[in-house]
Amino acid sequence: MSTTLVKNSALRSALRPTAPTAAKRAALTLTATRGKATLPDLPYDYGALEPAISGKIMELHHSKHHNTYVTSYNAASEKMAEAVQKGDITAQIATQPLINFHGGGHTNHTLFWENLAPKSSGGGEPPSGPLGQSIDKHFGSLDAMKENFNAALAGIQGSGWAWLVQDNQTGALQIKTYANQDPVVGQFHPVLGIDAWEHAYYLQYENRKAEYFKNIWDVINWKAADKRFK
Amino acid sequence: MAYTLPRLPYSYDALEPHFDKETMEIHHSRHHQTYVNSLNAALEGSELSSLAVDEVITKLDQVPAEKRTAVRNHGGGHSNHSFFWKNLKTGTTLSGDLKAAIENGFGGFENFQQQFEKAATTVFGSGWAWLVKTDGGLKIVTTHNQDSPLMGEAVAGTSGFPIIGLDVWEHAYYLKYRNKRPDYIKAYWEVVNWDEASARFTQSG
Repeated sequence: MSTTLVKNSALRSALRPTAPTAAKRAALTLTATRGKATLPDLPYDYGALEPAISGKIMELHHSKHHNTYVTSYNAASEKMAEAVQKGDITAQIATQPLINFHGGGHTNHTLFWENLAPKSSGGGEPPSGPLGQSIDKHFGSLDAMKENFNAALAGIQGSGWAWLVQDNQTGALQIKTYANQDPVVGQFHPVLGIDAWEHAYYLQYENRKAEYFKNIWDVINWKAADKRFK
Repeated sequence: MAYTLPRLPYSYDALEPHFDKETMEIHHSRHHQTYVNSLNAALEGSELSSLAVDEVITKLDQVPAEKRTAVRNHGGGHSNHSFFWKNLKTGTTLSGDLKAAIENGFGGFENFQQQFEKAATTVFGSGWAWLVKTDGGLKIVTTHNQDSPLMGEAVAGTSGFPIIGLDVWEHAYYLKYRNKRPDYIKAYWEVVNWDEASARFTQSG
């Protein structure tokens, strides 16, 4: 009887040649529950937003810049998890800026691709419904809002973003600028964002950023903004 | 007295293939020119405009509050880029007192290079990496946007007299290097002007 049991358990082990050790199993579980960030696919071709944004820029922006934020965020995230496991507070604090920067970069760009669309899919079509009405209420008109928005973009020093945001308490709309890859968090949530980093336009517009700010409205996906408006 | 765009001491293609002609031309004739124009506008009618830009940026507290950001950004931009063009030249060699100081201060030139490259690579967004001379010796520091170590700790988060400096704003490298900032930083070693750096090192006492 005991021999049969031994044989069966030996057989069972043999049938699982790659069965993880206890330590490895724990590590796999940690990785799975940590939820790695991944680069989202674009819902349109790289060239689909021309002539407002060139295909060359879209390809670099998505497959290089955004992808780097994803991989760097994952690396920083792992470092943070290790530091938390070890109870190393100094290391956690030292890693936090990397999480903010790369996590913010990933968040911002994911929202950005969603709020862009080719003209054939409604890019540039003005918002209707509650968002459209709220814009008229807060800014007077869509054109007035765009002027405000572009002024904010032009005023950004160095790298950053401008966002149409909604106040989580009052529901009011506002235009705010954020430095580097700081995400919209806290009192506000993002409705519509435009990337003002030089990499977002330089190959096509060089230093003529006002031209980029003017043209990008042709490919703004107001339908995505509508969904974010509460 | 209006600030003016300094002429480059070389042609736009002089730093090829490391720094490309197109970038040099746009960087100098458009970006730096814009800093000059904007600085003139911000300081119009102000007594401060009679001072050299490197001095103005140490006196930001004397600028009226509503103009201060503009003077910081555009004065910083004018100062930094004026320094940058002189800081570039092919075919120079690090030697003499500066070489000794770098080797002693950083445990060898390779270590210095690695640390400088790391600093330049890890600037978040727009800014500069610098080798500065301080009372405590040579240091590698970074500044945000168009801040300069000359502005001092309270404004720029750091201080010191610039010996060499590298612009890591994307406009400084995007046309040739795209997103590959590390490649641009490596190319910098081919064009950093060690003659100018040595002169500045000696001059700063």
